[in-house]
Amino acid sequence: MERRNASLLAGGLLVVLVALAAVLGPGLVGGDPFRMDLARSLAAPAPGHWLGCDVLGRDLLARLVAGARLSLGVATAVVGFSLLFGSIAGGLAGVLGAAADAAIMRLVDVLLAFPGFLLALGLVAVLGPGLPQLVVALTAMGWTGYARLVRGELLSLREREYVVAARALGARTGRLLFVHLLPALLGPLMVQASFGFGGIIVAEAGLSFLGLGVPPPAPSWGSLLDSGRAFLLVAPRLSTAPALAIGLSVLGFNLLGDGLARRFGLRSD
Amino acid sequence: MIRLAVRRLLSLVPVALGVVTLTFLLVHLVPGDPVVAMLGENAQPVDLLQMRHALGLDRPLASQYARFVAGLLHGDLGYSIALRQPVARLIAERYPATAELAAAALAVAIVIAFPLGVVAGVRPGGAADLCAMSFAVLGVSVPHVCLGPLLMLVFSLELGWLPLTGRGGLAHLVLPAVTLGTALAAVVARMLRQSLARVGSADYLRTARAKGLGATGALLRHGLRNALTPVVSILGLETGALLTGAIITEVIFSWPGLGRLMIGAIQARDYPLVEGCVLVFALSYVLINLATDLLYPLIDPRVRHG
Repeated sequence: MERRNASLLAGGLLVVLVALAAVLGPGLVGGDPFRMDLARSLAAPAPGHWLGCDVLGRDLLARLVAGARLSLGVATAVVGFSLLFGSIAGGLAGVLGAAADAAIMRLVDVLLAFPGFLLALGLVAVLGPGLPQLVVALTAMGWTGYARLVRGELLSLREREYVVAARALGARTGRLLFVHLLPALLGPLMVQASFGFGGIIVAEAGLSFLGLGVPPPAPSWGSLLDSGRAFLLVAPRLSTAPALAIGLSVLGFNLLGDGLARRFGLRSD
Repeated sequence: MIRLAVRRLLSLVPVALGVVTLTFLLVHLVPGDPVVAMLGENAQPVDLLQMRHALGLDRPLASQYARFVAGLLHGDLGYSIALRQPVARLIAERYPATAELAAAALAVAIVIAFPLGVVAGVRPGGAADLCAMSFAVLGVSVPHVCLGPLLMLVFSLELGWLPLTGRGGLAHLVLPAVTLGTALAAVVARMLRQSLARVGSADYLRTARAKGLGATGALLRHGLRNALTPVVSILGLETGALLTGAIITEVIFSWPGLGRLMIGAIQARDYPLVEGCVLVFALSYVLINLATDLLYPLIDPRVRHG
């Protein structure tokens, strides 16, 4: 099998596994991620508690799959909103002419002059912890990349021969946009979204690790890592399990992005 | 070269102004009252009024902005509510620790990335390329938040080779620098590999090979320098990730830098200090990108004379 297909296949497989864990995991694992049992505090892995329990006696595997649902849910919402706002802003900049282009892209430039995670951190600091606040902060960090991509691709596509020919044949702006331009944008957007998922999972884990994500007792992977740190010596699995979950998910989305980039001819090697 | 540097410095002014404005708006225009957030929902109205007056938040927005910018020009970043000290002094005390960590991480990244990128780029598609790029994919996929605790577990707790937390000698720097530098190493190695592979098919290298220079020798002697421009570019862009990664790394390893100061300020709802830290981080990013821009002409004469 060619290497490019291997990236796509391995990445796709990992992403499907993580998605299945998020969707079906809570039903399959069965445990309640919030149920405390102090008698089982830091209990070792055993039948019924395959990864053992945390300091409050909560089942680690149940919390891990609940964390998958939370992390993937946040990433899906953020990537979705970023795609939507970014595509609209980039589309307007690419279609409406020089004045709109300059106004939108200067805003994008100023936001890009800010390291993305710092912007999200600053917003969460002001908005306070919570799921909607987290989605807003991460979307503020994420949409600029899509706007830049859409605008750049539109400017380049507008000059392609087939688009010029369609315009010469009398195609209107709507037809040009939806029939000729948007389908050509799907490939680059899918690639960016795949890498975006990985980036958002990392950022969400980082914010939760710092205590600025979804408030406890919600079992985010980042907050699991943070709470496990205090027991690194006595129960390292409390840290290694969420670390592995984050690493494998990000690896999956990165490989998928790589594979898609090669599939759409956006990367040669 | 001097003209180019002046042009780049002038282009910095609007970007820096944009960053200052965005930082200001972040705290002053986002929905919600920072004073209520600081003092709590049950605070007395008189306390809210007093705090609002002390922070200048009862003035019109334009007046607040003018005061903020004027303060900045005099090196005044306000007064920390929680630590009861000038924000500028607190930041000046902590900044060297963050700069030390970032510099060490950059050194780690370069030391790992260059051999890997060169080994992979000299023979794209070979076994060494596959190994190096597998590391690169893994390195990019393991965030600081995961790598830090794992390194602590292995090298501090299990093997006892390196200190667990804190800032001290070189030994204290190793784990935080490796945690922060690994992802950057992976990105740079990948870019160097791609850049070398692209340069490898250039006409001037074919000529060098035709004149008897070995393929690897020709690439390293003539191609490497040309392959460096995108690598420097990615190094500049990735400093944003390096700086924000430092925030998490400092918390993991209890490193007494700007990142830990900022997280402490967020938890204490100390908005003047949060604002100062965000601004200094963002301006550092802008300045590092400027320094990167000024490096191009030194590496590539075409930029100097273009």
